[in-house]
Order: sequence, then C-alpha cells, then structure tokens
Amino acid sequence: MKTNSIERKYVVPGDVVIEGDHNPIANVIKEGNKIISTKIGMAEIAYNGVKVIPLNGTYVPRTDDVVIGKVVEMNGFAWEVDINSWFFGILTGSAVFGRGFSSSKDSMQSQFKKGDCLVAKILSFDRTRDPLMSVSGPGLGKITEGEITHITSSKIPRVIGKKGAMIKLIEEHTNCHLTIGQNGAILLKGTEDGRLKAKSAIELIGNNAHLSDLNDRVISLISK
Amino acid sequence: MSENNIERISGRAPDELRNVSIKAGVIKNADGSALIEFGKNKIIAAVFGPKEVHPKHMMVSNRAIIKCRYHMMPFSTDTRKRPNLSRREIEISKVIREAVQPAILMENYPRTAIEIYVEILQSDGGSRCAAINAASTALADAGINMRDLVAACAAGKVNGQVVLDVDDQEDKTGEADMPIAMLPNKDLITLFQLDGNLSKEEFDRALELAKIGCNKLYNLQKDALSEKYFNENNKKEDEE
Repeated sequence: MKTNSIERKYVVPGDVVIEGDHNPIANVIKEGNKIISTKIGMAEIAYNGVKVIPLNGTYVPRTDDVVIGKVVEMNGFAWEVDINSWFFGILTGSAVFGRGFSSSKDSMQSQFKKGDCLVAKILSFDRTRDPLMSVSGPGLGKITEGEITHITSSKIPRVIGKKGAMIKLIEEHTNCHLTIGQNGAILLKGTEDGRLKAKSAIELIGNNAHLSDLNDRVISLISK
Repeated sequence: MSENNIERISGRAPDELRNVSIKAGVIKNADGSALIEFGKNKIIAAVFGPKEVHPKHMMVSNRAIIKCRYHMMPFSTDTRKRPNLSRREIEISKVIREAVQPAILMENYPRTAIEIYVEILQSDGGSRCAAINAASTALADAGINMRDLVAACAAGKVNGQVVLDVDDQEDKTGEADMPIAMLPNKDLITLFQLDGNLSKEEFDRALELAKIGCNKLYNLQKDALSEKYFNENNKKEDEE
C-alpha cells in the first residue's frame, strides 16, 4: 500500500523533494505544487507529509525540551546557561527558589556556580525573548557525576531510536545511564569502561546518522 | 556564433569554464565553510551563526541580519595588497551579501546575525562570482535554511566575441564583463553587474551563456555538499 510506505532520499537546499499536493512538515517549503528542501539532509515522504531530517545545523530551543547546559554567567536574579543555541538559556532565581525568592535573602551561589552543568527544561521560547528554563522536575537539576559528550542536535532522534530502541540498546550493552539533552549534549553515568563504549557508539551514530543499518553497526561496535 | 571562433588567450572555447573545484567543510571552527578553486582563484568562505547580534542596535526583531566581509589577503595579488578593506572590497562585500540574501529564509532566525567571511587567498578575474559560490556552499554547510543555492558566473565580450567566464587577462583587454548570480532552480537573478558595452544581441547571448555557467556551478556545489554529507567512504576516513 502506498500510504504506509516511507520514501527516503538525500537532498540539498533547493532540491525538489516531490511534486504534488503534500503537506510540508519540517525543513521544507511549498512553492506552487513543489515541495522544496531548505536543508542538507534526508527527505522523508510519508502519508502525512514531507519532511527533511537535517544532517547539520544549530539547535533551536522548543518548549518542553530537556537540555543540558553549562552556567556561564550569573547575576543577582538569574543564571545564564550555554545550551549551544543562538541565545543563552535564562534560569531565573524564582524558578529555583520558588515564589518567595528574594535576591537579598537567598544565596544564588548556593545553588549553581559559574561552570556548573545542569539538566533543565525549556519553559518558553519565542521570537521575542531568550529561552526561559526550569530545573524543577524529575531528573532535572545540577549534574554532580558523569560525563558529557556532544553530537549535532539534529542527530539526537537517531540516538534515541524508534521508541527509544537505540538508547535502550546502548544502555543495556554498556551499563551506562544516558540522559539526552535535545540540544545535542548527552550525559553518561556509569563505569569508565562503559562510558567509553557508549561514547564511541554515540560518535558512530554522529558519523553515520544518515545510514539505514545504523542499529547493526552500533551492535557490532559495542558487543565487541 | 560557433563558426569562426577567435582563439582565447587561455585556449578555452567561448563557452568553456575554467577548472573549478569546490570542497565543503574545510574549516573546523566555523559552522560552515567552503574552499573554491576557480581557475587561479583560491577562495575560502566561512559562515558563523545564526548567533547573537553585536552591536545590539543592529538587531531586527522579526528576521536575521546578514554580515558579509570580502577580504583579499596581502599575498593574493601580484603586488602586495594593503591588508585594510579597500573601497572595492567594501563594494564586493555588499554585492555578495545582496546576492545570497534572497536565498536565505531569514524569517526563520529572528534577532540573530549570520556572518559570512570570504578570504581571497589567490586572485584571478571573476573573484566575486567565485566568492558567491563559496559563500552559498558554506551557508548550506552551516545548516541554514535556504530556498536554493546561489550560483554565480560571469560572461563578457573579448576581442568582439561573447565568451563565458572572463579571467583576469581577458578582463583587462576585453570590452565587457558581466557577472551574474542566480537561484538556478527558480531562475531568479540576484546579482547583475555589467562593466562595458554590449549590443542587444550580444547581451542576450552573454546572459544565456552566463546562465549555462551558473547551472554548471550549481551542480558543482551540489557535488561538493554530497561529497561531504552523503559519501560513505569519506565518513570512514573522518573516523580514523
């Protein structure tokens, strides 16, 4: 059946992905009856529309994304966190201390210092303001142990895999716990050996994200 | 036109380009980059961004701004070129910016700046066209949303003959030089300059030639990007 099949092909900006009446989802524009790619990547034509999975690009914050960042600046009211996007993420004092936050009473230093890494959630981001973040929630907050590795943010879906298949695979084979930031930072917790293995698996995904036999490649790498 | 061709100084046919090679992703620290060798031209383009705008007052709230700098290295010409930006370089910076701007989906990046740096390592005629090709490849390499790639090529008139891709020597002895940049898929021209005089017929022929040249360069840009992103053998070398 044609409705279930997914076609894939490589495109660069300006390429016509497909002609006809299709729904543009991401990284494509519609001009007349042509769907045109705006990025380098893998075009996917599915029954519900056309999208291009990019192979490069900067992270664009979205509401509810979990990100991993580093505190680069702080003042009496907020921390600025580098989340490798265009803007620094803003973590306000009241988001950490609650509504009773007072810059004279509460010590900002006691929570996060410059250089601290943290897992946070994007509360809101639109074109008028810098991304606002929060650290209240399960799994969020300061990072006290583990190692952070980076990958292009557009490849994060490949690290997670279909319904978390890839991340599960890596965790099982390496005894590591992975926290994935949508901005391309991944926190690894586990033994040194496991972390090394997981890191090389992530690197492999980064280099071969466009290939379809990615699962097998990762298995053969980490089960060695 | 094809009969009684006058020999060109370089020995090329009237509709023949110089040797062109493009390589994407040559600079690690830039978000996107490209190296183009266009005849004797050697040009590197690097793209940074989208990033925060400095100075802040230049920020535009609903779209990105583009900054472009075209710069010739002191050793790029026969006699040493003074390293400061000359009038000519400032003009070409503006021309490149305006040539690539229509291709970029600037509304996707509000309150940001996209910076394009073009360095001429070695110069020959037609460096603005070569620079536009490099800049457009570098922009795509940086993962910036674009409607199309931008291809550029010059045509001109030398010894009474309309020719494609005027080089330095021909530019000095010739009658006209007409650099063009375009969005090949949409057939839109984004840069048009004409230095010299052309009759109506000559102009039509020159435009036709330049468009053919642009399409060739468009394919070279595509090849350079595919080479970096879709070539498996390449990936393996990178891993090592």
